[in-house]
Amino acid sequence: MAAALEVQGLEVVARNAEGVETPIVRDASFALAPGEVLALIGESGSGKTTIALALLGYARPGCRIAQGSIRLGETEVLALSARALRDLRGRRVSYVAQSAAAAFNPARSIMWQVTEMALLHGIASRQEAEAMAVALFRALALPEPERVGDRYPHQVSGGQLQRLMAAMALIAEPELVVLDEPTTALDVTTQIEVLRAFKAVLRARGASAVYVSHDLAVVAQIADRIVVLRDGVIRETGPTGQILSAPAHPYTKSLVAAAAPVPRGAAAPPEAPPLLVVEGLVAGYGRGGRDGMPAVPVLREVDFAIRRGSSLGVIGESGSGKSTLARVIAGLLPMARGSITLDGQPLPAAIGQRTPDQLRRIQLVFQSADTALNPRRSVARILGRPIEFFHGAKGAERDRRVRRLLDLVQLPAAAADRLPGELSGGQKQRVNLARALAAEPDLILCDEVTSALDTVVGAAILDLMDGLRRELGLSTMFISHDLHTVRSVCDEVMVLYAGQRVEAGSRRAIQAAPWHPYTGLLIASVPELRPGWLEERGTVSAPPDRAGPACCTFFPRCPLRQPGQCDVVPPPVQHLAKGSAILCHRSEAELLAGAEPATAEPLV
Amino acid sequence: MKLLASRLRRIPIGGLFGGAIVLFWIAMVLLGARVAPHDAGEIVDMDVFLPASAQFPFGTDYLGRDMLSRVLHGARYTVGIALAAALIASGSGLILGMVAAVRRGWLDAVLSRALDTLISIPSKMFALIVVAAFGSSIPVLVLMAGTIYTPGAYRIARSLAVGVGAQDFVRVAEARGEGTGFIVREEILPNIIGPVLADFGLRFVFIVLLLAGMSFLGLGIQPPNADWGSLVRENMAGLYEGAPAVLMPALAIASLTIGMNLAIDALGGRDALGGRRRSGEAG
Amino acid sequence: MLKLVASRLALGILSLLLVSAAVFAITSLLPGDAAEELLGQYATRETVEALRASLGLDQPAPLRYLHWLGGLLTGDFGRSLANNVPVAQLIGARLPNSLMLAGATAVVSVPLALAIGITAAMWRGSLYDRAVSVLTLSIVSVPEFLVATASVLVFAVHLRWLSALSAASDITSLAQFFRLFALPVATLCCVIVAQMIRLSRAAIIDQLRAPYVEMAVLKGVGPLRVVLRHALPNAIGPIANAIALSLSYLIGGVIIVETIFNYPGIAKLMVDGVSTRDLPLVQACAMIFCAGYLLLVTVADLCAILSNPRLRHP
Repeated sequence: MAAALEVQGLEVVARNAEGVETPIVRDASFALAPGEVLALIGESGSGKTTIALALLGYARPGCRIAQGSIRLGETEVLALSARALRDLRGRRVSYVAQSAAAAFNPARSIMWQVTEMALLHGIASRQEAEAMAVALFRALALPEPERVGDRYPHQVSGGQLQRLMAAMALIAEPELVVLDEPTTALDVTTQIEVLRAFKAVLRARGASAVYVSHDLAVVAQIADRIVVLRDGVIRETGPTGQILSAPAHPYTKSLVAAAAPVPRGAAAPPEAPPLLVVEGLVAGYGRGGRDGMPAVPVLREVDFAIRRGSSLGVIGESGSGKSTLARVIAGLLPMARGSITLDGQPLPAAIGQRTPDQLRRIQLVFQSADTALNPRRSVARILGRPIEFFHGAKGAERDRRVRRLLDLVQLPAAAADRLPGELSGGQKQRVNLARALAAEPDLILCDEVTSALDTVVGAAILDLMDGLRRELGLSTMFISHDLHTVRSVCDEVMVLYAGQRVEAGSRRAIQAAPWHPYTGLLIASVPELRPGWLEERGTVSAPPDRAGPACCTFFPRCPLRQPGQCDVVPPPVQHLAKGSAILCHRSEAELLAGAEPATAEPLV
Repeated sequence: MKLLASRLRRIPIGGLFGGAIVLFWIAMVLLGARVAPHDAGEIVDMDVFLPASAQFPFGTDYLGRDMLSRVLHGARYTVGIALAAALIASGSGLILGMVAAVRRGWLDAVLSRALDTLISIPSKMFALIVVAAFGSSIPVLVLMAGTIYTPGAYRIARSLAVGVGAQDFVRVAEARGEGTGFIVREEILPNIIGPVLADFGLRFVFIVLLLAGMSFLGLGIQPPNADWGSLVRENMAGLYEGAPAVLMPALAIASLTIGMNLAIDALGGRDALGGRRRSGEAG
Repeated sequence: MLKLVASRLALGILSLLLVSAAVFAITSLLPGDAAEELLGQYATRETVEALRASLGLDQPAPLRYLHWLGGLLTGDFGRSLANNVPVAQLIGARLPNSLMLAGATAVVSVPLALAIGITAAMWRGSLYDRAVSVLTLSIVSVPEFLVATASVLVFAVHLRWLSALSAASDITSLAQFFRLFALPVATLCCVIVAQMIRLSRAAIIDQLRAPYVEMAVLKGVGPLRVVLRHALPNAIGPIANAIALSLSYLIGGVIIVETIFNYPGIAKLMVDGVSTRDLPLVQACAMIFCAGYLLLVTVADLCAILSNPRLRHP
């Protein structure tokens, strides 16, 4: 059978500020059979998006397709005129962007945008195009397929927008669909549904697809073959099963190894005294009423404790309030109600009321080292300031301590004179961590410290943190959206949903059923590193029910919800036999019966 | 030094040229009176509106005075006053803007509201009102121009500082317990100084144009002193003969303002300011 | 959205009030006052006091402000100090001339500037775009009076097309009307069109950098359609702001143009008022200009609110 797409010796160059061109993709060659799904996998800067865009004959401003050939069926894409390219795009090759929220025009209705391509290429009349769009909406399992087209992008959720963008890409029935990290911006529970919809609709239409991703587990569910990219060069190509089970190239091996969770950290002795105790914490934005509730509450009645030397994992999806929790403990957002106790002493809500020593003992490490480090200050100055501020060390003594810190986070002493912009992502995150260590704290709050990093680099940071924690006897609160990460580094886990603690327990307790329905959904949504997982896993989340305000915040999405009870009576705290506490009406037996089949691979 | 040389080489030629013109005129603020061949008021020839010649490169004016000398003397007023006023505007705008951005709350609200009121008065209008009330002595002109352009500088500095202040490294400093002074000086200022300098340059241009316009109306620098705007005004009669006396001071203004614009563009200043220049620079 | 519109209107009125207070404050700060100014330095204390009382200057400043504000609202702008005529009468005679000038300029300049600004953004980086950029930058970098004198030199002196001096009072035919009007309008257009081109070009280019534009290109949408159907609807707010801001340059331009062409408009009246330090006249003219400016800015903001899809489709 003739290839649907054949790429030969593709080279794309980028021009830097001095006008010098350097290749960002070199000699890339691969082919795609009709109906096949090919994954381009690689980390940031690997050139995967550049290749994806080149398939549409497009290069971003500042870049240029220097040489090579891209054949789509009988057509040589790179030889087409601008007009012929316009005719090709959308009709024969279409594109699904990473962030649908940004890629949809905010001023136009969704139907206008979805049908534009069909009308533009003269494929269908307006009526026909709208009928096709509605059929696609239905095939993509969008709610209210008849009416969703009348909405504007800001009126639709992220997961739905991503599916609408797939509808936009498929409306002209193209031969090839290019999907660029289409689920990366979504929450893990949403990602699965979108992935499932993509896969079904691609299969049904027999379209070939190129799926760009950094996530091996996601790719395993959808791709027939995988191309592994690094630094603009193809390292390995092969069928999905082979790449996952028997990677040949060392880089592929490291990718596969990093994607599988590694258990770290010995549990702190359970008898260790609590370092931080949080009780009845309420926080949010806006001035509230007389009862002390903020106008927009983000955290509601959260209780937990962190024992000295232990690590608490906080998990939840975007909007769950997990980052707010770190800000409240650090004092950046004063709590509205509740209490925080540090080492038995009450901690004032606002920074201004805390003593320098209290401030020193709790340090916050932010997610993105790009914004957490002042780009105009050298590493020495960034690390030197907390040493001066908290310990009064100056001159040679301060420099000595800076060198020791760099050593501690495994950075060369020469890094001291660099600006953050001159360091790699992983190195910046190490500096970010070192700054927190400079204060010699008791507790470090880590807010998604690995999620901006590539998998391999992130794994190294986790190893480093784990070593430091044991070496220095630190306690940590580890905030993440990624269940793997939390389970691999934490002694205890707390699950947040809509600002409430829905489940809390030891790592071991969180591992096994029964769970709070949300925890169950979360666990069942993390894709596994093997093909076929998506098919085995049934649909768990109930279709969202937008009816009225619910008493239990998870009610609208809960597969085990009991109308008449869960939406009327606030759920009680329930202690399960496995050792965790949950916020749910359902009995342990009911939860166990309704839970997902336990994940196949043991995580610890 | 080597670094400086390599950086200079990267600046487009237009930018170097513009910067050189601006530096030349700034030097003339201090040296203009000394290097001028004649005294500003000295009548050198009985013929008025003489064309350019080797003896009088810029010709003579309506009284037969040497135009080159008058333009060089005028630099002190046009460039000097604008420089002083731009320093006042950008300096106070920068400080107020950064403090408002970091402190927020009522201080920010009051400052922003008050300065927004000033911005709702078109600059020429403000200038006319002030001159009507206080006359047009040099201190009045400097303070007036400084006041008019403070709100714009404040807005830009505040908006830049709010952008930087939203970044996590400022949260880190706050969580450490650093005071406003440290945060403004060490965390915010180094990250906004580039665009702020570009804005200073643009503000300087606006002030030059404003004061030249006032002088042209006869409401700016008063005789016997003369800035370039007044030189155009007093020689308007020569316009119909195309005398250099009216063209040269006008060209001097254009060279200064276009030069400054070229220099700002070359340093990437306008891009750094981005969409922040919205309203407030009205005629 | 209605709430937003209402609050924007209320803000406009509040701004106008604050501006009036500022104008009044500046013109009342001077240690001396109109009475001394009028009578000169040889006046006796008694005559000054008497005049002061008759002008109401013996009252405290806030009271005088309220009195003045009340006058403004009822159309009583006070009496001109220079020629003892009601200010309203002076302004009434001149205002239509200025409005005609400004109106004609707006009608010519807005479509012209938008057409050039949008096309320059569409073909950005082309020779056309760069020529437009250099030209407009040069025009906005030089004083308005330079543009005005240059156009007098070219059109009236060298080409002898048009009369350099205009007077709206002795227009007898349509042809004459155009001859008299053309030069001031052309000069004003030069000044503000350049500004408007720069701002509207920047507003469109800002939108063209958005990810949704790349998406449209990848859908096979042509450049013209990308600008007109995709970017433009999102740029209405910024462009309305650009137009309002540029039209406010009209104020600066009108002052210079009316002076150069000796055009009997309100700006010329104000400049004369400033020279003779006729404060009531200056105050009234300033308030008219400020109100006009605030009206423009408010209308532009309302356009931005009304064109925002998030507010239109909540």
